[in-house]
Amino acid sequence: MNEQAEGLKRRGMHGGIGSYVTGFVLSIGMTVVSFILVASHLLTSLGTLVVIVTLAALQIIVQLFFFLHLGRESKPRWNIYILLFALMVVVIIIGGSLWIMHNLDRYMIMTPEQINTYMHNNEGL
Amino acid sequence: MSKHVDEMAIEISHEEVVNAKVTLGFWTYLMTDCVLFASLFATYAVLHGNTFGGPSGKDIFDLPYIFVETMILLVSSFTTGLAMIAARKNNKDQVLTWLIVTGLLGAAFLIMELTEFSHLISDGHSWTVSAFLSSYFTLVGTHGLHILTGLLWLTVLITKLFRQDITSTLMRRLTLFSMFWHFLDVIWVGIFTVVYLMGAL
Amino acid sequence: MFGRLSFDYLPHELVTVGGVAAGGVGILLGIAAMFYFKKWTWLWKEWMTSVDPKRIGVMYLVVAALMMLRGLADALMIRAQQATSVGSAHGIVSSDTFQQVFSAHGTIMIFFVAMGLIFGLMNLIVPMQIGARDVAFPFLNSMSFWLYVSGFVLINLSLAIGGFSGAGWLAYPPLSEMQYSPGPGVDYWIWSLQIAGIGSLLSGINFVVTILKMRAPGMTLMKMPIFIWSVLGSLSLIVFAFPILTATLSLLALDRTLGMHFFTANGGGDPMMYVNLIWAWGHPEVYILVLPAFGVFSEVVATFSGKRLFGYTSMVWAIWAIVFLSYSVWLHHFFTMGSGADVNTFFGIMTMIISIPTGVKMFNWIFTMYRGRVRFTVPMLWFMGFVVTFTLGGVAGVLMAIPPADFQFHNSLFLVAHFHTMIVGGVVFGMFAAFNYWFPKFTGFKLNERLGRYSFWCWLVGFLLAFVPLYILGFMGATRRLDHYDPSLGWQGLFIVAGLGVGVICLGVGFQLLQIGVSIWKRNENRDVTGDPWGGRTLEWMTTSPPPEYNYALIPTVTERDEFWALKQRPKKAASAPLEPIIVPNNTAAGVYIGAFAFLFGFGFIWHIVWLIIVGLIGVIYSVLVRLSEDTTEHEISVNEIKKTEAVAAAKRRKLA
Repeated sequence: MNEQAEGLKRRGMHGGIGSYVTGFVLSIGMTVVSFILVASHLLTSLGTLVVIVTLAALQIIVQLFFFLHLGRESKPRWNIYILLFALMVVVIIIGGSLWIMHNLDRYMIMTPEQINTYMHNNEGL
Repeated sequence: MSKHVDEMAIEISHEEVVNAKVTLGFWTYLMTDCVLFASLFATYAVLHGNTFGGPSGKDIFDLPYIFVETMILLVSSFTTGLAMIAARKNNKDQVLTWLIVTGLLGAAFLIMELTEFSHLISDGHSWTVSAFLSSYFTLVGTHGLHILTGLLWLTVLITKLFRQDITSTLMRRLTLFSMFWHFLDVIWVGIFTVVYLMGAL
Repeated sequence: MFGRLSFDYLPHELVTVGGVAAGGVGILLGIAAMFYFKKWTWLWKEWMTSVDPKRIGVMYLVVAALMMLRGLADALMIRAQQATSVGSAHGIVSSDTFQQVFSAHGTIMIFFVAMGLIFGLMNLIVPMQIGARDVAFPFLNSMSFWLYVSGFVLINLSLAIGGFSGAGWLAYPPLSEMQYSPGPGVDYWIWSLQIAGIGSLLSGINFVVTILKMRAPGMTLMKMPIFIWSVLGSLSLIVFAFPILTATLSLLALDRTLGMHFFTANGGGDPMMYVNLIWAWGHPEVYILVLPAFGVFSEVVATFSGKRLFGYTSMVWAIWAIVFLSYSVWLHHFFTMGSGADVNTFFGIMTMIISIPTGVKMFNWIFTMYRGRVRFTVPMLWFMGFVVTFTLGGVAGVLMAIPPADFQFHNSLFLVAHFHTMIVGGVVFGMFAAFNYWFPKFTGFKLNERLGRYSFWCWLVGFLLAFVPLYILGFMGATRRLDHYDPSLGWQGLFIVAGLGVGVICLGVGFQLLQIGVSIWKRNENRDVTGDPWGGRTLEWMTTSPPPEYNYALIPTVTERDEFWALKQRPKKAASAPLEPIIVPNNTAAGVYIGAFAFLFGFGFIWHIVWLIIVGLIGVIYSVLVRLSEDTTEHEISVNEIKKTEAVAAAKRRKLA
């Protein structure tokens, strides 16, 4: 076995076949469920949304753990800290942008009725 | 560099020190890529409703087709893992086999995606039509560009492996490639959920 | 064949032609000097292909200094225009040119001066201060620098052909879209920043791994100097904010080149989304700039108070509070864009909260001085100037954090005065303190103190003269970026005072250049052979001045904070461990080639020259592949060589003693 592999084995940053097969099977399962759920219209739109987003998050965790072997490195676990920081930024960017832009759309875009009312009240038209 | 002693006071070889730095550095790069994709996801999330009279996701997405793409990429992520297991056993032939399978699957994914894109364009639904289409092509296309880069990288690795044994440098680069490829499948989970599945709701 | 490149894009206005001519003459003189002194080989071998962070750091500082001169020239033009363009007079430049002048001023100062100074400082100080010999990825370090140079060339080339963007330093759409800015200016802006930005991101990754993985044995996180903690905070921001810039610049480029509709005024585009994204990057950016400056002050104040820094733990917490909070305040840059009270209130409160950890740091520095034996050297003067100006600008910031108040101040000169106070008073003063403080380490002689003092006072007085009038003008209703106004407003007097202020700043810059020249001329009188001219506390003062290529013959073992200070108090022990050969990375030209091809790539995009884009892209990929295929990338420094180097340094020290 070469040096790199020995070093990896010593610090546990690798996976045996079991790790990959487990990850693979779980991922297939979750993917299939998500696609079928959407195609079959079994739940309401909102219900389906919640389930598929949850499954996506779970599948990402599964792949991070079983394929990318996250969590198996020795301390200090910089990989995890950096991932968590990145995750925080991701949530803030996506969530923050959605909140801000939705708010802006609400206040900055007028419906035709609002335009008519404004023109009538303020411009005398 | 002379020998560095780590915090646990265990002697580590020069190679291991380099590997630890390189994998942490590459992991950090992957995390920056996460933030890049997050910006594109945020843009898609904000603009996907702006169809400007053109088609919406519901009109253009073909779920069975995307399911096939998804499975292809997932299998290729699995075969990358198999290649890494073979590499640790120093079994060069197996590594080559699994890497070539990964490459073929990745190419199939990319061809399917390009076919989807060209159909959309020939139907008149290109990125110049609306903000929705711009953000769709950019988000999915950026992932596709990463896949293309990965395939080019894989080609270089396979070529190297044909000519030489698994040195520690090559092992390190194979490890980085597998991290990259797994990461791209993680991003795809986000894409098929947010773009395609949510588009069909 | 050459896209839209044509002679029509050469400059016509006198000021621009003059600027290009001056720059051209300077370049020609430089090239002539290189030929005359036969220094090309030296330049290539010792500097351009070097992967030594001590060399790369100096190169960053040189480029940043050149850019500062251009940025100051732009500032002079802005002040001259605004002092004279009143009523029937129309100043010294056309309106169109004025838009380019202030856009170039801001872009250059933030991306090429401030970022260049920060990365220069990190290269010079970080490896030595953590007891390391190099950064984690030396080749990547070189590549990052040359990508920065690539951006530097593009933005300066815009002056000579094509003109720069007139859309401000952040290029808001729809003005920055093809419809309203069809020329190459905005494209110059996009690509010089995109290329330099990738360099910044890669450096961020490089230094994070360096700090996490290459500290000297025994240096746990809580034993690191506060400068390193500050840099680590800044790097965390770089690593997670710059990708947002990369994405946003790409989206704007896609709008402009491929007709997409992210931020256009039609097609369903939303310009407000650009503002949102660019500030999600932009706010972390300002903390990226200021945190290292805070770190410098932590080192300077402790050293020149002869006391350890007060409140180490709270300093660390303050840094991380700032880092995390930076990601939750960005909307304060666009309170007036139209969001409701709930959104504005949240971001307003978060903005007020982020001022608290900075206040903690300010008090800690002051408490460090209390009961210390304070020496008012030039670095300490810069610190005192910082205390005054940064506090002034900071309270202005907290005032604007209140959304209803901000509706009055947004985009007024009050805002302009605030952010200049933060960046000049904070970042620039910090970098000047760092320059005076660490100069002896890299050259072996100190800078002239008297000229340093003169430069400081000119900068401080000049800065206050230039910007206090702007605070007042902001209160009076003056908006930013005006190239002309009516005399009945009564603003001209204050603009003239501000113009005088910039003149005094230029005097300060003159004294700085004089200081460097005189110090080099009289270096033998200011020699320091101890390596520790100030009575320093941190590891870098252990090395000789200048340090050997490998920094440390033996990597020190750290047992406490301010290890070097502790070492000096302990009775001297003879070096016990045997020397071993030191592996050092080879020079490489790959970084230079990558920068050059990146430049071609950007130039091709700007001028729509498709074959050039392809050449650039293939060139970059090919250079990377060539570099990765290299078999030997390191060489060894033998024990004999190390012994010789150390002996020479020891002899110099003995001669003085």
